[in-house]
Amino acid sequence: MSMIVPFGPQHPVLPEPLQLRLEIVDETVVSALPVIGYVHRGLERLAEQKDFQQDTYLIEHICGICSFMHSTTYCTGIEEIMNIEIPERAKYLRVAWSEMHRIHSHLLALGLLADAFGFESLFYQIWRTREHIMDAMEYTTGGRVMLSAACVGGVRKDINEEQKQFVLEKLALIEAEFKEEAHVLLDDYTVKARTVGVGVLDAKTAYERGAVGPTARASGLKMDHRMTGYFAYDKLDFEPVVENDCDAYARTKVRIREVFQSIDLIRQALSALPDTPLKTAFKGNPNGEAAVRAEQPRGEVIYYLKGNGTDKLARCRVRTPTFANVAPMLHMLNGCSLANVGVIVLSVDPCISCTER
Amino acid sequence: MMKINEEVSLETVVGKAASLLFSEYRFVTMTTVDCDEYFDIYYHFDKNYELYTLRLKVEKPGVVPSISKACFAALIIENEIQDLFGITFTGLVVDYEKHFLLAPDAPEKPFCHVPGVKITTVDSPAAKKDEVAK
Repeated sequence: MSMIVPFGPQHPVLPEPLQLRLEIVDETVVSALPVIGYVHRGLERLAEQKDFQQDTYLIEHICGICSFMHSTTYCTGIEEIMNIEIPERAKYLRVAWSEMHRIHSHLLALGLLADAFGFESLFYQIWRTREHIMDAMEYTTGGRVMLSAACVGGVRKDINEEQKQFVLEKLALIEAEFKEEAHVLLDDYTVKARTVGVGVLDAKTAYERGAVGPTARASGLKMDHRMTGYFAYDKLDFEPVVENDCDAYARTKVRIREVFQSIDLIRQALSALPDTPLKTAFKGNPNGEAAVRAEQPRGEVIYYLKGNGTDKLARCRVRTPTFANVAPMLHMLNGCSLANVGVIVLSVDPCISCTER
Repeated sequence: MMKINEEVSLETVVGKAASLLFSEYRFVTMTTVDCDEYFDIYYHFDKNYELYTLRLKVEKPGVVPSISKACFAALIIENEIQDLFGITFTGLVVDYEKHFLLAPDAPEKPFCHVPGVKITTVDSPAAKKDEVAK
């Protein structure tokens, strides 16, 4: 006989207000139904009431983890509508801060995953390492989470030589410390016992269900929107991180490799910072529509923006990566044991703050 | 600027979405825009990093066939649109009946424009101060 077990919205291993109504038989999940809406803020509607420059800061508050990536993607959309070409230095700085956010996000997710399978000391170690990148963001922008560095036409803040050295020192620290933590995550028997073969999502299902980011790449899909070369990514040397095992372990592995990839990308970006202004001046209001995409830590985000020639947008629509990963996550949960639900959910790294924008 | 690749109608939208998925397009998302007299619904698909967008014009209050049978990923988005714009999707695989995001006592279709109410520009005190200084 089946029964319904509500998993969340308050749960020891779930940091986000998401509920999964799990239909279980004995200890096996037969089906799962997501219930969200606990913290929906209606930011898309609010964005129609602020002027398009103020929206940069509003949009930044969609998420406390990839905040800078939200605001830069939004700015890219406005720049596309208004035909604004941003200066080269701004492009490289956008890459540097975006990749700092990716490191911050992945370390946060990996720490929480360790906590989900009961490895608390690993959780503390990873989050201690994460503090280095938070320091780097604070030293370069003044904000640990909300950088407020993006603006339409470029960036508002710069990284000087002293700040650059500070960031490079912090990156070296992260690299050294995380190498040891990654070794535990990848090779420890207890971690493998909880993640290998758990939450399998094959490549075909991942594609059909619209998976994005590390969730898709861990299923063998070579999908990374940075490959389109937005900002200065076209001038940097990197390849999407892809794994083929399709399980929670593969998703962990992708995030670990992406932390090292981001360290490398920040080094490349900072070493190539061109000497140009930070911002392109512009006049007028956006009139037209644009759909722009970027690769956030959890995957592809898409912004649809519609301007009507006034200082207020007619529509600002955001599809965050977690929204795209809900349908694949439901597939992973079918047939898993109740004890693995937390691990599977955290291996997807859902951000309900983004989802409930 | 965004490119609209094809206009679709209520009769053709499900078939067109299914044929794109069959041609290995990935469903990205759907976007609804309240154009006062009608809704524009955009269906965004992707192949090789290129967006392919379908546009469907729907008269208000809006009843649209769901594509969730052909594309399970659309289920979440269609339920969200039902909540926020009050559009009804027929044939949804799982229908939350307009309470996917919204609580039972929440306002109905909160993202729809209110007839007769227009958002106007108000100069901020800081902007006024700048003008006086000039």
